[in-house]
Amino acid sequence: MNEYLSRLFTLENIGELLALPFVQNALVAAALLGVVAGVLAPLIVARGMAFAVHGTAELAFTGGAAALLLGISVSVGAVAGAVAAGLVFGFLGVRQRERDSVIGVVLAFGLGLGVLFLALYEGRASNKFGLLTGSIVSVDSTNLVVLGSVTVGVLVVLAVFYRPLLFASTDPEVAAARGVPTRLLSLLFAVLIAFTTAIAVPIVGAILVLAVSVIPGAAAARVTSSPLLATVLAVVFAEVSLLGGTILSLAPGLPISGYVATIAFLCYLGCRLVGRFRGRWRIG
Amino acid sequence: MANVAPTTQRARTPGSDRPVTLRGAALRFGDRTLWDGLDLDIARGEFVAVLGPNGSGKTTLLRVLLGLQPLHAGTALVEGRPPRRGSGVIGYVPQQKALAEDLTLRARDLVGLGLDGHRLGLGLRGRTQRRERVRVALESVGATQYADAPVGRLSGGEQQRLRVAQALVGDPALLFCDEPLLSLDLAHQRIVTRLIEQRRRAAGTAVLFVTHEINPVLPLVDRVLYLVDGRFRVGTPDEVMTSESLSALYRTDVDVLWVRGRLVVVGADAVPHTADDHHTMSEDDRR
Repeated sequence: MNEYLSRLFTLENIGELLALPFVQNALVAAALLGVVAGVLAPLIVARGMAFAVHGTAELAFTGGAAALLLGISVSVGAVAGAVAAGLVFGFLGVRQRERDSVIGVVLAFGLGLGVLFLALYEGRASNKFGLLTGSIVSVDSTNLVVLGSVTVGVLVVLAVFYRPLLFASTDPEVAAARGVPTRLLSLLFAVLIAFTTAIAVPIVGAILVLAVSVIPGAAAARVTSSPLLATVLAVVFAEVSLLGGTILSLAPGLPISGYVATIAFLCYLGCRLVGRFRGRWRIG
Repeated sequence: MANVAPTTQRARTPGSDRPVTLRGAALRFGDRTLWDGLDLDIARGEFVAVLGPNGSGKTTLLRVLLGLQPLHAGTALVEGRPPRRGSGVIGYVPQQKALAEDLTLRARDLVGLGLDGHRLGLGLRGRTQRRERVRVALESVGATQYADAPVGRLSGGEQQRLRVAQALVGDPALLFCDEPLLSLDLAHQRIVTRLIEQRRRAAGTAVLFVTHEINPVLPLVDRVLYLVDGRFRVGTPDEVMTSESLSALYRTDVDVLWVRGRLVVVGADAVPHTADDHHTMSEDDRR
């Protein structure tokens, strides 16, 4: 037990590690992902799209696995899979029940295919595992340029469409009556999620996408109801999780997924507690 | 409670003094006719109640005038122009619905979305003016106290007051209400009705009020549009709400009784509802 704990939590040689170029690349990647994921998270939560994000991530995994097998770029495969999934889910709009089951169907099929592709693939085993848990240490400058472009792209689109998106996400019926093209925005939002997810999957893994694009939003919603403050908090939570997780995972040399997910989860727990006490004070 | 008065005077197009004009309007879903040959003029400041069983096309009529749905035949004019999607001349009050408790939206945000939620860009300019208009709208419905409260934690009555503020903050010439009193208790039904009535008196805002229960608004209603299975009748409540006229509409024996100042319609419920009862504005919820 102690053996495991000391292996999990160690900051040995952390100074030297942080000086390494690939570690710095990893930190920049984590920081960029934190911005996009954090900004999108409150809207994902308001739209009830946690499951759709998970589905998109799994389809990015399928696309990545197919690309691995075909010998083409994993990123291209992941983008193709995620955008396809995003468009399907986006078309389903905000009708919860139907969307839920369709995502389940598509996700199961995609995951099955992905497992098959990986089994057929005869290359390095770490490539396979990396799709699920990520291999942030392999981030190179090309990845950073792509990640940076996606971050800027998502932020620009959000700057233009934020108000109608917020309207359509939180108050769809009145938004529609006011002429907001809710269906078009559903598609747009699904594409934003798809790109973010697709870029994130090869770097941080399919599992981690959910941890950073849903948990920060869910946590923020527990402590504030201001859309702006919720977004700021979600970005902070995403950054703390991603950067903290990356740093903690360095010395043990373990995948960052577990660390990031744990920190994000602790943020959520903390917010729930704060929210609960606040609720009592308000009533009492 | 302060007056629900217009914050600015909207410039009206001359010669378009009628907020709503319908001529020979027809709407069909598949081979089912919701209504056909519908003529209706709504005057400024007029209160028109739209009644009828589920699936008779009450909400669809609002969708047509909001520019969300084209007519199959006939013409529709709103403020003298063809209905235009996203037009600011119409304020919309929906049915009260439960909102998620942790929805990241405060009362003031909900009202603010009614003002500029359909606009692109971040809206950084004119923030002071925006804040002031939202403040006035919140005050006008007596919601100042809970302006910063999460909307999901407010009571149904408080939410519907906000809905009125949200619809009026943009200073509309027309107010569309789609079952705004449903699931409210009597006290809150009165408050919401009074807010709508104050606005109508103060600003001459025409009101199109979809409801299945006319009694809470009966004293305010100028005219009734009663839709049943493709047939309709327009007139004052005295003309339309009679046993004779409703029996003709429903094609079965319907009795209209007055009990302690309330209208009771007996027999209309027995008519089977033919349509699927979707009752929503959002296109995401429709096929």
